[in-house]
Amino acid sequence: MLTIENLHAEVEGRTILNGIDLNVKAGEVHAIMGPNGSGKSTLSSVIAGNEDYDVTQGKILLKGKDLSGLDPEERAHLGIFLSFQYPVEIPGVTVTNFIKTAINANRKAQGLSDLGASELLKKIREKSTLLDIDSKFLSRSLNEGFSGGEKKRNEIFQMAMLEPTLAILDETDSGLDIDALKIVANGVNKFKAKENAVVVITHYQRLLEYIVPDFVHVLFGGKIVKSGTKELAHELEAKGYDWIKELA
Amino acid sequence: MEFKEKLISSYLAFEEDLDLLDSVHQTRAKALRVFEKKGFPTKKDESWKYTSLNALINADYALFPRSEASIELKDVKKYFLYDTDTYKVIFIDGVYSPFLSNTTHDGLDVCLMSAALTKPKYRNLINTYFNKIASLEESLTALNTSYSKEGAFVYIPKKTVAEKPIEIIHFASGEEHSLWLQPRNLIVVDKNSQVQIIERHQSLKEHPVVTNSVTEVYVHEEAFVDYYKLQNDLTSASLIDNTYIQQAKNSHASVHTFSLGGKLVRNNLRYYHTGQRILSTLKGVTILEGKQHVDHSTMVHHSHPNCESHQDYKGIFSERSEGVFNGQILVEKIAQKTNAFQQNNNVLLDDKATVNSKPQLEIYADDVKCSHGCTIGQMDEEALFYLRSRGIPKKEAKALMTYAFANNVLESVQLPSLKKRINGQIASKLGVNLGFEL
Repeated sequence: MLTIENLHAEVEGRTILNGIDLNVKAGEVHAIMGPNGSGKSTLSSVIAGNEDYDVTQGKILLKGKDLSGLDPEERAHLGIFLSFQYPVEIPGVTVTNFIKTAINANRKAQGLSDLGASELLKKIREKSTLLDIDSKFLSRSLNEGFSGGEKKRNEIFQMAMLEPTLAILDETDSGLDIDALKIVANGVNKFKAKENAVVVITHYQRLLEYIVPDFVHVLFGGKIVKSGTKELAHELEAKGYDWIKELA
Repeated sequence: MEFKEKLISSYLAFEEDLDLLDSVHQTRAKALRVFEKKGFPTKKDESWKYTSLNALINADYALFPRSEASIELKDVKKYFLYDTDTYKVIFIDGVYSPFLSNTTHDGLDVCLMSAALTKPKYRNLINTYFNKIASLEESLTALNTSYSKEGAFVYIPKKTVAEKPIEIIHFASGEEHSLWLQPRNLIVVDKNSQVQIIERHQSLKEHPVVTNSVTEVYVHEEAFVDYYKLQNDLTSASLIDNTYIQQAKNSHASVHTFSLGGKLVRNNLRYYHTGQRILSTLKGVTILEGKQHVDHSTMVHHSHPNCESHQDYKGIFSERSEGVFNGQILVEKIAQKTNAFQQNNNVLLDDKATVNSKPQLEIYADDVKCSHGCTIGQMDEEALFYLRSRGIPKKEAKALMTYAFANNVLESVQLPSLKKRINGQIASKLGVNLGFEL
């Protein structure tokens, strides 16, 4: 589904990604771990098409399609979703209106007509129940005054509504207490299917207790320095990241 | 002949059917002398540094419309708050339109300035309030005073809540090739009373119109005045709005100014206090494009202790449009415990758009809370990326962000139907398509 080949990226002339290779198949969950500053968030931003970063070498393919030069919205239309570490507040635009705008923008790109109100509401009801989201929450301004946990839950709610083929969760566990973490993880697990894939980006192993990865990769200095299965996450939890630095 | 000369030499014609010995006319004549001496303001005047009237006054305008223009309700209904029952004082080319209006004398007066200025039963009110807070020195206000004859007159007696909002609308029909209008409004709200007012100036054809309007608003003890100015005129129309508000103790006066259109708009908004525990609210949303120019010049004069003022102006400027914000807060030595806040945030959407923002705080009291903040920025790129990553195309995402930026000023609009209308206007102006049903 997702193939990354020798990806190099820089921001303001500073190299952040230094030759990343990654292969994610449909139905898989991959975790990308690494210490602060290793390039984790940059990788997710680059996949989603953030124009602040320049890809200097290599390429990203989604289902064989080269993403080079595609706008963030075009990548979204192809099925890429990024759950943000710091979701942005949009006063005056309710969660429901925002979701509606996003869904219809994606449908339009696929040549479909707008989703009918009743269908939309049905879907909203179903997905918000899954994530234990109160209906009052849906008529609030997007992310405005939301707690850290509410913001993250809202990200996963958007993911559930948009049904992407590739979901990248950037530090979705940060700022969550254990109950919120379980709800969010449950949302992700319900979303997981044969035809989609999830990339979890995290500093800590904690989230991986609930979203169990098929593969774990360790990012350091803008490169994947080690890959393994979920046991690798346990090893990192026990030993920290120092021994990884020696591998680089 | 220069237009200034025309204004002065046409005065005899204006005086023809007036009682020249009346005290009101003495006031007018005196004001004309002030205008004659000072003339139109120029960029050399500090408060007109960023706004030039040259293009407007180097033209010729009709001062007295020749023919009575007729307008049908269906042509102008969209400018009314049609889904709400309102009092209406409607003028066409400066002339009262009884057909489109809905005035009252039942428990409150919503009627005409021309009646108030001439009928004996209003004489006391006129003697007490007419031209008492409007500037005697400012030349445009003086010009309006000298020609003051028609406009809206509102008197809300003690302990009265006006049940319906009042719409004051000045239409320019376009029957005259170009027209200079000078409406004069007087609004007196007595103790413990409340009123909501919506004012707009609307051209119906693309002919040059300049409106130099003066409104005096008196807000007595415990009273609440909620005033909305809707400025969404054609690009052939210019407006100089001079609004003077005097508040007594425990009163609240709020003015929202929505500047969404017009060629050149200047809003002079002045607040004066006569007692303690007063709240003054000044809010504005300005969204311009093309070569439009809007200048907000505000002043709150804190002359008594324990009063509050809040100013919040948002501006969104695209293409070659120009915005000016000049916000003055004056806190006298006696006005301890004043809370005065001022915020002016602007977004420039294009390289050629400009904003000049100038906070002007003069504080002579030592125990006060005063703050001001001014920002001029471009679109938040990170927020834009967030929206685009959800599949929302760049143009739509920008529009949505801009809409969100302007939105919080709308939160304080008390009239739901008006809020919905303005919301819709802002959204359509920005090209945002939101269903507001949710």
